[in-house]
Amino acid sequence: MSLALKPDGANEPQEAQPLLEMQGVTKHFLTKRHNTTALDQITLSVKKGEFVCVVGPSGCGKSTLLNVVAGLERPDEGQTLFAGRPVMRPSAERIVVFQEPALYPWLNVRANIELGLRIAGRKRSERRQLADRYIELVNLKRFAKAYMHELSGGMRQRVQLARALAVEPRMLLMDEPFAALDAQTRDVLQLELQDIWARTGATIVFVTHNVREAAILGDRVLVMTPAPGRLKNEISIGLPRPRSPDTHAVVDLAARIRQELEHDIYAVPKPEDHYVI
Amino acid sequence: MLFRVARVTAFYLALLGLWQLVVELDVWKPYVVPPPKEVWESFQRYWNNGLIQEAVRISMRRLFIGYSISLVIGMVIGMAAGTWKWVDETVGSLVLGLQSLPSITWLPLAVLWFGLNDKAIIFVVLMGSLFAIAISARSGVQNIPPLYRKAALTMGANRLQMARYVLLPAMLPAMAQGLKLGWSFAWRSLMAGELIFVSLGLGHLLNLGRELNKMSLVVAIMIVIVAIGLLVDFVIFGRLERWVQERWGYAT
Repeated sequence: MSLALKPDGANEPQEAQPLLEMQGVTKHFLTKRHNTTALDQITLSVKKGEFVCVVGPSGCGKSTLLNVVAGLERPDEGQTLFAGRPVMRPSAERIVVFQEPALYPWLNVRANIELGLRIAGRKRSERRQLADRYIELVNLKRFAKAYMHELSGGMRQRVQLARALAVEPRMLLMDEPFAALDAQTRDVLQLELQDIWARTGATIVFVTHNVREAAILGDRVLVMTPAPGRLKNEISIGLPRPRSPDTHAVVDLAARIRQELEHDIYAVPKPEDHYVI
Repeated sequence: MLFRVARVTAFYLALLGLWQLVVELDVWKPYVVPPPKEVWESFQRYWNNGLIQEAVRISMRRLFIGYSISLVIGMVIGMAAGTWKWVDETVGSLVLGLQSLPSITWLPLAVLWFGLNDKAIIFVVLMGSLFAIAISARSGVQNIPPLYRKAALTMGANRLQMARYVLLPAMLPAMAQGLKLGWSFAWRSLMAGELIFVSLGLGHLLNLGRELNKMSLVVAIMIVIVAIGLLVDFVIFGRLERWVQERWGYAT
């Protein structure tokens, strides 16, 4: 396996200033009848090269968390610092990989991957080179000229991943990217993602509702509970990689994460918490 | 493919035969329903003296200029109305209202404003296609999946890049119909304009046939108009539609 893509010191624990810091981030959503607190005083930090999973049930606010980090949404309170500077707007430094393949049907695989580089104003030769490299990294060389409707769900997510990686962001924000895939494809992509992470030294924040997935992928798992969206606990995972879904250690960890969650999933929220009367 | 060509050819030959049959039965006088042969002769005469080519050239030029201007203005109005609610409520409602106005009604004003020249006709053509294009651009923008925008935003796209790399191409499937509709409205406006306000062009030639009581020329020009319409449809809009179907995967 080539390690050519790995920058010096990546994936090594670093004591330096964290890459991402959130302090007391709070976000409410007001609709006609509901007042939902999607994020309630979220405080967390992510170091360079870390793979952090945020796990929680649907509607717990984890996608909102990711959108705030991405700069797609502004929080009501609190501060989000990226590399020491407040996040004001979206930037190619922090690329989101969405659950639905956010790809453009009028561009082929290569052109989709090159689009981010085009937006970044990279030269043509550079675009070609980077696109080639990441097409190969996600094993899509044979499909470089294919259009989106010709690809399977798993391949589309690979294209999205390659497009995100090609601009060489400082952080990858993944919003349940494998949730819509069948179980076999998901297993394969989880392994591939671990490999890609190891080879590129990327910093990843990965949001999922799948506890097993969190146990397989994360260095750390942040457990999030809904209504209001809070970080309940943090679990460090020191298991060797690559991790496969069926090892005892992974299954045990998944069970532990599930226990953390279960209490809150079945808890009935007090009405006055989130209904405006 | 060969079979399809044969089928289409057979259909038009049958149509021609039916036409000839009606003439043979002598139900109507030849100056009411001109026989195919006379129409062909008229076409040849006016083709050989170059009047048809000249008329086609002049008409296509007006059509092209008028349609191009309305394409630019229509896209701007439509995209603005699809993006900002206040534009939609003001300009958008005006566009919707004006769409019900046949564009030929602008001719008297256009002649007054621009004089008896090409500009007046081009203005009528422009007004003919503008609203169809603007309305389809508006729905084109509104129907863009939000994820397309979000993906470009997260890659750091600015407004210009967003419009160029994402919005314009993403609008095409919704716009293909509108562009075609705008084109056919432009054609109709042009013919109406040229018929009323004589100044060369195909409509003028058609009117000439009327004034000379020469229905064979009228029918010949009608066929030329249909032929051009089919050609443009096939070459430009057909190609656009096939492209959209292929890329977006709508084709079976």
